[in-house]
Amino acid sequence: MTAPQPSIVIIGVGNEYRSDDGAGIAVARRLRARFPSGVTILEESGEGAALIQAWQGAAWVMLVDAVRSGASPGTIHRLDARATSVPTGFFHYSTHAFSVAEAVELARSLDQLPPHLLVYGIEGENFAAGAGLSPAVEQAVEAVVERAAEDVRAAGSP
Amino acid sequence: MKSKTIKVDYLARVEGEGALLVKIKGQQVTDVKLKIFEPPRFFEAFLRGRKFHEVPDITARICGICPIAYQMSACHAIEDAFGIKITGPIRDLRRLIYCGEWIESHALHVYLLHAPDFLGYEDAIRMAKDHPDDVKRGLRLKKAGNEIVRLLGGREIHPINVRVGGFYKVPDKKEFSALAEELKWARDAALATVRWVATFVFPEFDRDYEFVALRHPDEYPFNEGRLVSNKGLDIAVREYDQNFIEDHVSHSNSLQSRLKERNSYFVGPQARYSLNFDKLSPMAQEAARSAGLGPVCRNPFQSIIVRSVEIVYACDEALRLIEQYQRPDQPAVNVEPRVSTGYGCTEAPRGICYHRYRLDDRGLIVDAKIVPPTSQNLKTIEGDLWQFVQTHLLIQKDKLQWQCEQAVRNYDPCISCATHFLKLHIEPE
Repeated sequence: MTAPQPSIVIIGVGNEYRSDDGAGIAVARRLRARFPSGVTILEESGEGAALIQAWQGAAWVMLVDAVRSGASPGTIHRLDARATSVPTGFFHYSTHAFSVAEAVELARSLDQLPPHLLVYGIEGENFAAGAGLSPAVEQAVEAVVERAAEDVRAAGSP
Repeated sequence: MKSKTIKVDYLARVEGEGALLVKIKGQQVTDVKLKIFEPPRFFEAFLRGRKFHEVPDITARICGICPIAYQMSACHAIEDAFGIKITGPIRDLRRLIYCGEWIESHALHVYLLHAPDFLGYEDAIRMAKDHPDDVKRGLRLKKAGNEIVRLLGGREIHPINVRVGGFYKVPDKKEFSALAEELKWARDAALATVRWVATFVFPEFDRDYEFVALRHPDEYPFNEGRLVSNKGLDIAVREYDQNFIEDHVSHSNSLQSRLKERNSYFVGPQARYSLNFDKLSPMAQEAARSAGLGPVCRNPFQSIIVRSVEIVYACDEALRLIEQYQRPDQPAVNVEPRVSTGYGCTEAPRGICYHRYRLDDRGLIVDAKIVPPTSQNLKTIEGDLWQFVQTHLLIQKDKLQWQCEQAVRNYDPCISCATHFLKLHIEPE
């Protein structure tokens, strides 16, 4: 029943019908065009328990989600989640009770973090119901795609 | 006169966010407001002009926790409009995928959102440090539900295999064998869950609720049945709008539903259970009895037991459906659009989810109405808080706030469908 264990997994988190909350999904889709094979690219709503399952067995994991931490829209946050805890207020604008930060910290409590876990947060501006990204977030998405592609190559993908 | 206000700007451990305000003057509760922001009317507008076959996939995006509920209500409403009735293995597969959604949604709530209230932890992360095996059991149980949705839905978060008329493709019987083994484990784990939550201590609380749920002559309800209550409601789904009304209330830009005749009502696991106990499988009934529940449960704090009993039922029912499954020749029935209005109502994990669509001759959506379960429970949650706070005025304020939040979490409110963000604190007036 269990799928073959992927080694590099990229998870775009969010909801494309919540404006800038779709930033993580947009990054995942653009990276899929860059890495048609060799990397598992998933889209998730951000429900935390599902995230823990999504990275199970992976050696190297990248999560990308929209953030509202108070920084200016389009700001890119990059965290090595193995080394630092993820502030639970950080992904506050997720609509889920048990979201990205909680998933990372619960997995840490249970010793179920992947060996490498890189988290990108893109500061959003508008989280109202609707489709499409704000201009600053759109620019940040492009920048994260470039940088994430380098991360993936450095991690040893084809 | 001494007065105080309980103000909760951020309600933790509910799906989405909302705010709660309770005002107390002397020994009297003077106001209770559950604030909800941003109703999801975006989707109703977004659907206008879309082809009918896009509706299940679009509405699935309303909620990452219960996409199947939206897909099922959408499919049934559109099939109702086109005069289609789904029977046989396709109908069974719909029950099966719904079992998966109940298992994952209930396991998430029971283990990660609700249990910390009873065990005295701020959240599941802290609880996991002391109870790692319980949390791991909850995560694996949830995963078993996800696996059903993944197998039938294509993906577990935004499943794409469900369509009006059936499925895009259906599995062979042999594809279920590994899943069935995991579900046997899950059923045992669900029984262990019932035993675990039955040991929790529950505040004394009871109200004369009007429970509303689907009721079907032969089965515990998922997709079909009449809408019934313990106070005389007994209507076809298409009579929903004549019996229920949605009000705009000033403190919230979400809508609150009520029964035209009798005001607030209660939907979700406890309503389903209390109206359909006789339709649960013998194993689920036995689990309920051994946890001390009767055939009707009026204490919302015990909803965690009811949810756990429903996980037992969903695992049991999933195994029964897999056992008798024979692959249908066609994954879907043929669908011919016509000018019509269709009505659908199915049992989402949190309660009835009502959809109504008006379609033109090309099968384009002219008008859509979607009522998620949480907006139907808002008035009942406020009613619980009025009574709960009034009868617990003497307990310490921080404990009272905690219990108020718990009273909201009893309903597993999915505020991401009913709305977006809720907020919370307590402060003296």
